[in-house]
Amino acid sequence: MDYVIIGNSAAGIGAVEGIREVDSKGRITLISDEPYHTYSRPLISYYLANKANWETMKFRSNDFYAENNVETKLGMKAVGINEADKSVNLANGEKIEFDKLLVATGGTPFIPPIEGVDKNNIYNFIKLDDAKSIAGDIENLETGKVVILGAGLIGLKAAEALFKQGLEVIVVELADQVLNAILDDEAAKLVQQHLEEKGINFIFEDTVTQFLGEDKVTGVRLESEKELDCDLAIVAAGVKPNIEVVEETDIEVNQGIIVNNKLKTSITNIYAAGDVAESNNLVRDIKEVVPIWPDAYNQGWTAGKNMAGVKEDYLECFSRNSIGFFGLPMITAGIIEPESDDHEVLVTKNEEEKVYKKIILQNDRIIGFIYLNDIDRAGILTGLIKEKQSITEVKDELLADNFGYLSFNKEWRQERLAK
Amino acid sequence: MKRVYAKEEYCLGCRLCEVYCVVNHSKSQDIIKSHKLEEITPRLVIESKGIISFALQCRHCDDAACTKACITGALQKDSKTGEVTYDQEKCVGCWTCIMACSYGAIRRDESGQKVISKCDLCGEEESEPACVTNCPNGALVFEDREE
Ligand SMILES: Cc1cc2nc3c(=O)[nH]c(=O)nc-3n(C[C@H](O)[C@H](O)[C@H](O)COP(=O)(O)OP(=O)(O)OC[C@H]3O[C@@H](n4cnc5c(N)ncnc54)[C@H](O)[C@@H]3O)c2cc1C
Ligand code: SF4
Ligand code: SF4
Repeated sequence: MDYVIIGNSAAGIGAVEGIREVDSKGRITLISDEPYHTYSRPLISYYLANKANWETMKFRSNDFYAENNVETKLGMKAVGINEADKSVNLANGEKIEFDKLLVATGGTPFIPPIEGVDKNNIYNFIKLDDAKSIAGDIENLETGKVVILGAGLIGLKAAEALFKQGLEVIVVELADQVLNAILDDEAAKLVQQHLEEKGINFIFEDTVTQFLGEDKVTGVRLESEKELDCDLAIVAAGVKPNIEVVEETDIEVNQGIIVNNKLKTSITNIYAAGDVAESNNLVRDIKEVVPIWPDAYNQGWTAGKNMAGVKEDYLECFSRNSIGFFGLPMITAGIIEPESDDHEVLVTKNEEEKVYKKIILQNDRIIGFIYLNDIDRAGILTGLIKEKQSITEVKDELLADNFGYLSFNKEWRQERLAK
Repeated sequence: MKRVYAKEEYCLGCRLCEVYCVVNHSKSQDIIKSHKLEEITPRLVIESKGIISFALQCRHCDDAACTKACITGALQKDSKTGEVTYDQEKCVGCWTCIMACSYGAIRRDESGQKVISKCDLCGEEESEPACVTNCPNGALVFEDREE
């Protein structure tokens, strides 16, 4: 059996481990256009802030490929897939044949068509090479001012790292709050306040219409006509599925590559997983791209097992994030703002302590939550979402400090703990 | 594999399991010094409500959600022993595993390091963890319940 995997990150590595769980002999070829050993993408901000180095960033040990008998083609780009003769074309002209193929090409930054966006010193922030280039540039900046476009997870991670490197950071965001994909306005206010206290500046409900300067960026003009000086800019306006390699094929694509619960695409023997794949969202019950690390790994793992012949479904796809900024942690999952009449909200907060907890219920089942600052044991809620567990019995205790397994009846608890 | 199981009908909530967990993970190995001079986060969680209580340690799950969620590779399932191990050097304290573990068995280290704290079965394969040995009521057992 010849397995070919395009992508050497969470989903690709998950697939290697999923395949090897079942098939120790089949040949695995792993292709990536990034020339590096597999690394943790979320750690590029830690790298930029000198909180991680290349060795600690490696997602698996140095002998991972040898141990798992994986042939790597690193620094090589896949440029096309031939469904009929089951092969992948590489940019260098090489053709690699497969019995089973996994497309795990992840995401690619969305770059808004802004005048001057191609000037020097303007970067995205999704690859190790981005972090390396930025780190190289900040050594010799004149003003030390940086403008970041986008107050999402990636923009704020970049903001924190650059601030820690001594830069003056302004974040420009079209929405009226930070992290609008994962926080409601209440929690966002507390997070924004925390970031401002630490020294990050924000401009909301505005956007960059022009990057100023000759070759190098020297400032930005905003929609509000305001101008800001900077000699470094980061565009963090979102990430979209990296579907380039399947564009010439018949593989069915919406935003991302459409897959079923076994991570199969519309073409036999071709699978997709991770940030490039669009699969069924457990809490929304629609097909959606869920661009998070745990989902990418789990999808890759399940794809790998199915490629190796074991029929297994992945039914746990929904957004969930655990992040923190300047020591303020938050865990959020699923639906965080009621979307219909049958959605019920439970809330508790302590603004002084920056603690905020919110749970969204539908028919007495948890479909989403926000835990800000007090995040301990949040996984119990994640588990209840996955199990679609009715919480009628424990509803009054869900937000209590000592909510846990003792809130449930003994039988429920024993079933989970005694086996 | 052998795991730690609680018998809640015997648990009095005396927290000696927690005390000895701290001692066993201390440098001094001394009950007073480890609590007064070293800042050690217990590797277990105690739940109590009214007169019922029990201690909860990492289940070392066969299908561990934490290892599949960990963004750095710090959490791994040891294919030989079955133990779910973590590497403090790699952990960055992102708490993704806390989000993933449906038992709520992972704690944040309380000594100021941004790393996790969870049951490591006291490090030695097959030997009885300190919480089990030191429970005066026999409310914790270390046994293999897999068929
Ligand atoms: C700064 C930052 C912080 C983040 N923090 C978090 C976090 O805290 N928690 C979280 O859950 N998620 C986080 N994420 C998101 C997370 O990194 C992604 O969800 C995850 O990396 C997706 O994994 P993947 O394997 O699907 O794809 P990717 O990690 O995007 O990897 C795809 C790989 O395929 C390669 N590739 C693409 N096309 C080709 C081709 N044609 N030929 C060869 N190779 C190709 C790419 O170069 C890349 O190496 C963060 C992302 C960023 C950028
Ligand atoms: S930390 Fe939680 S998910 Fe991980 S092995 Fe232990 S009990 Fe299972
Ligand atoms: S807190 Fe540490 S062990 Fe947990 S997911 Fe993050 S890096 Fe992995």
